Amino acid sequence: MSETQTLRQWLLTETPTSRRHAKLSALYQGWLSFRSNTMAMVGLGILIALVLIAFAAPLLAPHDPFSQDLGNRLAPLGTEGHIFGTDSLGRDILSRLIYGARITLYIVALVALIAPVAGLLVGTVSGYVGGWADVVLMRITDIFLAFPRLVLALAFVAALGAGIENAVLAISLTAWPPYARIARAETLTIRSSDYISAIKLQGAGPIRIITKHIWPLCISSLIVRVTLDMAGIILAAAGLGFLGLGAQPPSPEWGAMISEGRRFILDHWWVATVPGLAIFTVSLAFNLLGDGLRDVLDPKAGE
Amino acid sequence: MALTEDNNRRRPQRAPLSEQLWPIAKTTLLTLGSIAVTLLGLLFITFIIGRVMPIDPVLAIVGERASQSTYDAVYQQLGLDKPLLVQFLYYIWDVLHLDFGTSLLNARPVSEDIARVFPATLELATLGIIFGIVLGVPLGVLAAVRKGSWIDQIARVVALVGYSMPIFWLGLMGLLIFYGILGWVGGPGRVGIFYVDVVPSVTGLILVDAALDGNWDVFKDAFSHIILPASLLGYFSLAYISRMTRSFMLEQLSAEYITTARVKGMSEWDVVWKHAFKNIRVQLITVIALSYANLLEGSVLTEIIFSWPGIGSYITTALLSADMNAVLGGTVVVGLIFILLNIFSDLLYKVFDPRAK
Repeated sequence: MSETQTLRQWLLTETPTSRRHAKLSALYQGWLSFRSNTMAMVGLGILIALVLIAFAAPLLAPHDPFSQDLGNRLAPLGTEGHIFGTDSLGRDILSRLIYGARITLYIVALVALIAPVAGLLVGTVSGYVGGWADVVLMRITDIFLAFPRLVLALAFVAALGAGIENAVLAISLTAWPPYARIARAETLTIRSSDYISAIKLQGAGPIRIITKHIWPLCISSLIVRVTLDMAGIILAAAGLGFLGLGAQPPSPEWGAMISEGRRFILDHWWVATVPGLAIFTVSLAFNLLGDGLRDVLDPKAGE
Repeated sequence: MALTEDNNRRRPQRAPLSEQLWPIAKTTLLTLGSIAVTLLGLLFITFIIGRVMPIDPVLAIVGERASQSTYDAVYQQLGLDKPLLVQFLYYIWDVLHLDFGTSLLNARPVSEDIARVFPATLELATLGIIFGIVLGVPLGVLAAVRKGSWIDQIARVVALVGYSMPIFWLGLMGLLIFYGILGWVGGPGRVGIFYVDVVPSVTGLILVDAALDGNWDVFKDAFSHIILPASLLGYFSLAYISRMTRSFMLEQLSAEYITTARVKGMSEWDVVWKHAFKNIRVQLITVIALSYANLLEGSVLTEIIFSWPGIGSYITTALLSADMNAVLGGTVVVGLIFILLNIFSDLLYKVFDPRAK
């Protein structure tokens, strides 16, 4: 008990002894203010549960998500051994949902890796270099921003071919421009600050300045934006899956599961309803978490 | 605008006309230039997509068994032997003449097909945006005026759910409940099977056509079909519009002139609607134009759920049958409208909001 007490005190100190100490302290204080936001904590809880479910899928799933049982097709909710019923090929819907969590996380993680990094690169280069590079890069960003995202993603998938990786690529291609805008705006304010001039005088080159001094400061606003965008990304991925352009059968992707259940919606409603609830829950969780993070990291943007 | 400014300053001598017009001309030119560049970018992207796709456009026309000479002839006819830049210029030329090529599915010009399906999307999105404005604006204003009250909480939840809901799933649930179980609305499609092609198509908007024809049976049937998809689409714009209205109103209500008006003893109604709301109208129109553009896009998935014969269904059907001319034509048209609405809302903002100058 006294151990945690001292740890807490150490974290909340007003006179940090080292740089790392100060960083940890700031992190802890952010966590404390985040923790008081109930809705954001609910969101975080749901997402942690999602990650755990995805990792432990083989342990949790009562059945093989691909094993068909044509004698037991379209079993209703609450059937013995199939809490969420079975789909048109007799596959257990709960097991498919659990394995589907992996696909959702996979898509989210990939897009969250590709799009913000691309945006960060374009935005910081554009902001730091300025001049013609800035004009050209921002024009390209504007063109992508002016595009209807889903339709553009559709066209990309049409060209690249259907499949989960191509869906990720198509979504990333339409998702990076806002990050570039944010990164550029941050870079412009940072670029003219005194400490940048100071390290410039010490002989730091542009690459060192961008990677070591500008990127770290862009991260927090990007994280907020990425979290808030995640819901949209999940919905876009599910939409592509629903159209048959994302994950291909028999993959238990949630959007594809809805598409499959659509044919029986009037007689066997649960087949499409249950995966839709899963998508809704996860994207709601991301929205709640994003709102909470924004309040902590960027209080000005709140209201 | 320039006149009143001059009067106020009582400047005896006016600057020559050319100097007065120059800033306006400059802004116009810059705007036109940026529109042109954006459109060019749009066409460049669709052009690239059309070139990198794994489908051979020549094979799609001549078929697998064509002789090499037929293949070469079509290859040249399509201009594929020319340099890419020349091909791109040809492409721009064609699009400027509204020529998107012929559909591989039905061998009709894509532009004709789009002209046929577009009114259906327009009708759906317009009804949706009306729904979104009529409910979203008052909800946003109320939420701002009674900040923290139960109505503010409801507005928050409504928006949050709207942002998190897969639109196609909500459409399915709507069909299940209101059509399948309750039977309150018509099912998928624009009209019931007995009403297809009953009224002559004048505008392509079936509600308008039915009203023009005076055929109220068709009107009623069409209305029962459109009400569900339109209100679902409207819900998504409601989520956005109400949130934006709320934050605009909050900003105005905390301004000092509002305090002054209250101190003067002005009624709360007048403070809210005559002062605060008047000042957010421009911002609001911008938001509405943007969400209208988003609705056109959101209608893609909705149209599929409701078998609505609009441009969304058209693009998707073409996609699934690898009809690239139709896909790219549809993409260009949707992108064009989207860009124009964006620019329109930008311009509105610049023209009506003096602070943006």
